[in-house]
Amino acid sequence: MTESENKALQSKEKVQLSTAAEQTQPGIVFTPAVDIFETEKALTLLADMPGVKSEKLSIAINKNVLTMSGEVDAPEGENETDVIREYETGKYFREFTLSNEIDQTRIDAMLKDGVLRLTLPKVEAVTPRKIAVKTA
Amino acid sequence: MIFRRVTNWPSVYWRTPFGEIERLKRQMNLLSEGIFGGALTGPSAGVFPLMNVTEDKDSYYVRAELPGIKSEELDISVTGDTLSIAGERKIPEEKGEVKYHRREREAGKFSRIVNLPTQIDTGKVDAKCVDGLLSVVMPKAEVAKLKQIVVKSA
Repeated sequence: MTESENKALQSKEKVQLSTAAEQTQPGIVFTPAVDIFETEKALTLLADMPGVKSEKLSIAINKNVLTMSGEVDAPEGENETDVIREYETGKYFREFTLSNEIDQTRIDAMLKDGVLRLTLPKVEAVTPRKIAVKTA
Repeated sequence: MIFRRVTNWPSVYWRTPFGEIERLKRQMNLLSEGIFGGALTGPSAGVFPLMNVTEDKDSYYVRAELPGIKSEELDISVTGDTLSIAGERKIPEEKGEVKYHRREREAGKFSRIVNLPTQIDTGKVDAKCVDGLLSVVMPKAEVAKLKQIVVKSA
């Protein structure tokens, strides 16, 4: 059993994007929590974006900058009034700079249950090779 | 600061005279977070998951953001006027040798109970979890519904 299995989840306020001045549209922008890990073959990015539908998610790469942005439509119906509000909904936005070793043509994105999984394969040339040290 | 103690979770009744003030304060906080970098926090029970509760004349709607949690992993139950949600968020171990650069997502167990202002019709509660967003619709019990009274003219 790993440590995380016993741990109780703590509530966390969603993190708002600090550079609000960059926005051109009104509304709140949050930065999604991400996990990034690397294997020999690829870099994988997991981002929590609850409420984002795949058609409202855009992933773009421009000059090694990976941009993820997702929009969330307010789930409340017209006639509903707030009883208690603990979180707000808005856009998700986050950017990462990629190194040159990512093969940008083979990037794969999957959105499931509000979690985005981006697989960024490395260019063949940079997958590390074992170097055999010969003894003389 | 006393009113915060009164209106903070887990209070018995939500509808306090300060409800609107809390809402205003929350929106002010959201504004000020943009300016000061989020030193202030809004009213919240501090229990995962954070919830939004809304109502219309027939039902209560409870919504919570639960990314990566499948509906079958959630344990939801209702009694007369309470809703309880429990479950566990699992982040599956990645296969093979992986090196992490960032680990911001968290896994763990959670459970939360909310008291609703009125009784609900427990037989007609409907819950669904789509795109990591849980929404529970709870029709109000007949006795708790607002009755429109027609004034007859003589």
